[in-house]
Amino acid sequence: MATVRTIVLPHYPSYPIHVCMFKDVSNAAFLRSQLLEANPDFDYAFLDAAMILSPQHLLSAAFLALHCTQVARAKTRTAHSELVFRLHPNNNIGESYRKFGISDKTSALIAVKLALKPETTAQVVAEHLGEHVKGESADPGEALEHVGMWCDVGKVRKMYKLEGVGEPKKGKRGAIVNGNASDMDERKEMESVITGIITLKGS
Amino acid sequence: MALPTDDNADTASSTSTYVHKLPEPFTTSDLVVLTQGAEGLVYRTTFLTPNTPCVLKYRPPKPYRHPTLDKRLTKARLLAEARVLVKCRREGLQVPAVLGGDWEDGWLALEWVDGRTVREVLDIWVHKLGMRARDGKPDETTGGASEGDVEAQKKEQEERLWEMMRKVGRAVGRLHEIGVCHGDLTTSNLMIRHERSTQPSSQPSTENVRPRGRQTVSTMREAAMNGEGPPQYPSADATSRSNEPEDLLEGAIVMIDFGLATQTVQDEDRAVDLYVLERAFTATHPAAEHLFQEAMRVYGETFKGAKKVLKRLADVRLRGRKRTMIG
Repeated sequence: MATVRTIVLPHYPSYPIHVCMFKDVSNAAFLRSQLLEANPDFDYAFLDAAMILSPQHLLSAAFLALHCTQVARAKTRTAHSELVFRLHPNNNIGESYRKFGISDKTSALIAVKLALKPETTAQVVAEHLGEHVKGESADPGEALEHVGMWCDVGKVRKMYKLEGVGEPKKGKRGAIVNGNASDMDERKEMESVITGIITLKGS
Repeated sequence: MALPTDDNADTASSTSTYVHKLPEPFTTSDLVVLTQGAEGLVYRTTFLTPNTPCVLKYRPPKPYRHPTLDKRLTKARLLAEARVLVKCRREGLQVPAVLGGDWEDGWLALEWVDGRTVREVLDIWVHKLGMRARDGKPDETTGGASEGDVEAQKKEQEERLWEMMRKVGRAVGRLHEIGVCHGDLTTSNLMIRHERSTQPSSQPSTENVRPRGRQTVSTMREAAMNGEGPPQYPSADATSRSNEPEDLLEGAIVMIDFGLATQTVQDEDRAVDLYVLERAFTATHPAAEHLFQEAMRVYGETFKGAKKVLKRLADVRLRGRKRTMIG
């Protein structure tokens, strides 16, 4: 059994989102092969935990993925692939999977299941993932507050080209605007730019 | 969701009586109307998590336009606004973050800024000053403070106001420096963010959010020009209403409403931005003119071309904001 946290997005109450986290995953190659085979049992969004900055980051992509599939404007075949696709700033599905998806070497994993059918309950997801993912389950937190704990901030910064965003500035003019820029939370700043980039993607 | 209807709305247009049906996924949601602009509606709701308040800007399809043109215009305008906001955010400016959106359906979800508009704050401030002058020296009777103390207190309060103006000048300077012109820079579109250690109110409190009557951009501007009563912006919670104006001046200046923003580096556009802001400030109170000079002084120091813009502002003052006067 894996620890599953369920998030209900405002405005999409009928499609809850189940999130699991695993560390020291040893069978990433197997999970990836299941995705490549498009095995319907493994219809999850397996994400590299190093690339997820914060709950807002994950949820904004999840919201748009869900929204796009609901209004039939999705670019990919399933809601889960849409989620992985949505995370990447460019319009390349393969690239999205390489950067944000699971790779053979991935050890820290975030598994997301969009419950498009009511029978996909947290219980089902927990059992299924607990059985097939070989790794130690971790708690994402009630509001997914721990979802960014394995994040590689440098990698995310590079991905979204956020050089200088939220970084403590040294003598640059930007720091003195409004006087209190220095104590702004770095991740918070990055996150607010990233949600914008994700929203603007493909337009 | 039905809109509050005005009694004199019959001449205005059918839009105020038009019942807007929000697109998916907001169709079933309970949203609170904050204000209505010329082209869209602004709601308060939550986004991504139940305790993240957000502003939802919705541009409904206009029945009087050709559907294809309507879609294109809505999309272009929403995208322009979102792009400018993301650009500003990248540069570290204080603007609302973009949380989500859908161009085809015409909505954009933005970060909720907790605080008041500069317009409101100035109005409260001016009101307070007027009260003081009429009541003689209320501070003396309450605190038993000496004449010097009262003077010092007044000086300190004024200093806060000056500091706020400097922040405005710096914020606008930075905006222009990165190549963005706001397009509708009024005191109502500048907010002072309330720094709060506590979490923002988890639920959008409907009881405190009073929907305003029909307020288009033009009517608001008219009101600003005539110096009429302040528009009642719903604040995040009732407690902030009772704060002293001294506290209200604290906090970062956040620019909002980039619906008319353009990405341009022309001195003319920048000068017009400043001109609009100047008119908005002077409309609030005659004394605000001196304050505005301070903002412009700081603006002049923010970036390399700023002095040239100020020179251009003098030209704009002479002729008004429309350069080409054809028709």
